[in-house]
Amino acid sequence: MKAIAGLIALALLWSTVSAGADEAPPPPGCEVPANLLTTDNTLNKVAEAVKTEGRLDIMVIGSRSATVVAADGTGFPGRMEAALRDKLPTVKVNVNLQLQIKKTAGDVVHDLDHILEGKQPTLVIWQTGTVDAMRAVDPDDFRTAVDDGVTALKRQGADVVLMNLQYGPRMETMITTAPYLDVMRLVAQQHEAPLFDRFAIMHHWNETGQFDLFNNSRGIELAKRVHDCLGRALATFVIDAARIKPAELRTQQ
Amino acid sequence: MTSVTDQPAGGLAESAVKDRAPPSSPVQKAPAPVGGPAPGERELRLDLFRGLALWLIFVDHLPPNLFTWLTIRNYGFSDATEIFIFISGYTAAFVYGRAMTDRGFVVASARILKRVWQIYVAHVFLFTIFLAEISYVATSFENPLYTEEMGILDFLKQPDVTIVQALLLKFRPVNMDVLPLYIVLMLFLPLILWLMQRKPDLTLGLSVVIYAITWEFDLNLPAYPNGVWFFNPFAWQLLFVFGAWCALGGARRMAPLLSSRILLGICIAYLLAAFFVTLTWHVPRLGHFVPRIIEQWMYPINKTDLDVLRFMHFLALAAVAVRFLPSNWPGLRSPWLKPAILCGQHSLEIFCLGVFLAFAGHFVLAEVSGGALIHVVVSLSGIVIMSAAAAVFSWYKRVAAKGGKDAKSAEANADLAGGGS
Repeated sequence: MKAIAGLIALALLWSTVSAGADEAPPPPGCEVPANLLTTDNTLNKVAEAVKTEGRLDIMVIGSRSATVVAADGTGFPGRMEAALRDKLPTVKVNVNLQLQIKKTAGDVVHDLDHILEGKQPTLVIWQTGTVDAMRAVDPDDFRTAVDDGVTALKRQGADVVLMNLQYGPRMETMITTAPYLDVMRLVAQQHEAPLFDRFAIMHHWNETGQFDLFNNSRGIELAKRVHDCLGRALATFVIDAARIKPAELRTQQ
Repeated sequence: MTSVTDQPAGGLAESAVKDRAPPSSPVQKAPAPVGGPAPGERELRLDLFRGLALWLIFVDHLPPNLFTWLTIRNYGFSDATEIFIFISGYTAAFVYGRAMTDRGFVVASARILKRVWQIYVAHVFLFTIFLAEISYVATSFENPLYTEEMGILDFLKQPDVTIVQALLLKFRPVNMDVLPLYIVLMLFLPLILWLMQRKPDLTLGLSVVIYAITWEFDLNLPAYPNGVWFFNPFAWQLLFVFGAWCALGGARRMAPLLSSRILLGICIAYLLAAFFVTLTWHVPRLGHFVPRIIEQWMYPINKTDLDVLRFMHFLALAAVAVRFLPSNWPGLRSPWLKPAILCGQHSLEIFCLGVFLAFAGHFVLAEVSGGALIHVVVSLSGIVIMSAAAAVFSWYKRVAAKGGKDAKSAEANADLAGGGS
């Protein structure tokens, strides 16, 4: 009897081990659910520039969380640039990062003329909300500011993508994010501008265990990997929103 | 529940009448303020809904998880805060209104101020716990991914200013906004009650006027380090005063209105419309079905200033609840609802416990970094702990009341309405 039980136990153990071997952990592929990477709102100017001129000038207006340590290539703007060049080899991609550290959406709108001076980006990716949430700016004022900003950017002839706050599990007891996320979703909807839901994506990564965002370590490896994945996801998002089919582009050339 | 038999037959009208009028005969005979349940009787529906509101507030304060989908804010404009403030206004007016009639303005005011003090102490206690948690995070958490967000902890560099601002109710960290609102509302309760007992409709009218002025001129109280109170007391007083108005006879007068089929139809239509609009937030593709004009008019639905749409949503919910849940509904006696009712009967204690458990829950989730399962376990155990604590409080009150019946009678009466003394 004992022997049979032992055999069964061994067999079970074996089957679990082999099952585990079959499902080897997926390589760090930055999986994002499709619904977070698709949008109904289109980037027509981007599509046109890519098809007719073969170039894409992007400006990222962001706060401190648009970088890892400094404004180098490791932040998501730089990673997006690399991913876009990779996916659209025939297109001249150029990303310009405008860091607006410790500035609320209202401050940024106030300086917008200065930020845009002498530049004609086809696409502006505006990452905002963090500073406003930290300072508990009245959500009404935040809404007015984002609304004004998107209007001004569109008037300049640019397509606009809004990017919301980072998700940070330890930040939840300290920063009230919900009203700011709501406002950004709303303004994006009203202007038919695509919203890159950084918050939901990072939340998903944390839930599924792709990234341990609770991590306490001071090393910058985790931050670098997260930004890399964000950059890739953002590139996919932009291509999807512009309804560009990389394969078609290649055959056109 | 002798009053039940006094009412005309016809289940719906009857239930509407009984709903908000305190369930005892004195109410029916004498004008509102003196009415109150006979000892041992209480409006269990108020307790039930307040208990549920406390649970929902707790769940909403935790990081989003499976349980969050059960909270009413996902199905309409208003959420548990509206329920909590309305019922608080109702029970406070009910308890202290009677005290004011029996013992006079000064004594009743003194008792209200004592209550305000208790709530204030509770708030300071919660703030202390918050400070401990934040300081822990500040010293142990240095992930460079969140360098920007950690800037929020800069206030720890000036504890002198921060603590004083917290004592002044101007610095209120996340999830600690409801008690300061409650404190301010209670502070004005003596005035509200005094006027309400003489001119109830005028009082309610004044409240509406203040609400309107608030919207017109953007009144609010300043917060620290900047911004304004998350729950604007000038706006939220409307729900509190409306609760008081209902308690002091308004509900009885509204009974015919509440039993009308047309009103029920309007309420249900509005709730469905609100549900659909909420759905478009979660499924943006549906957003195209909402006409642009309505969108422009409707948004933003402002929680800080208690948007009219939120207030209406609460009214519609309340009207429907009153209609379909008569106060003699047998389910109110069922052991399944007992935990929620017990929680509603000790609202201040359970509210504070809920905020504390939400902090603790965040902490546990951060340390364990578990998945959805741990989230559910944390939510469930929070609710169980709240219910168990409420059961202990009830047990203690019973024992204490037995011990010193005469000395304690005033307090025991006050406790009946869950407003405490």
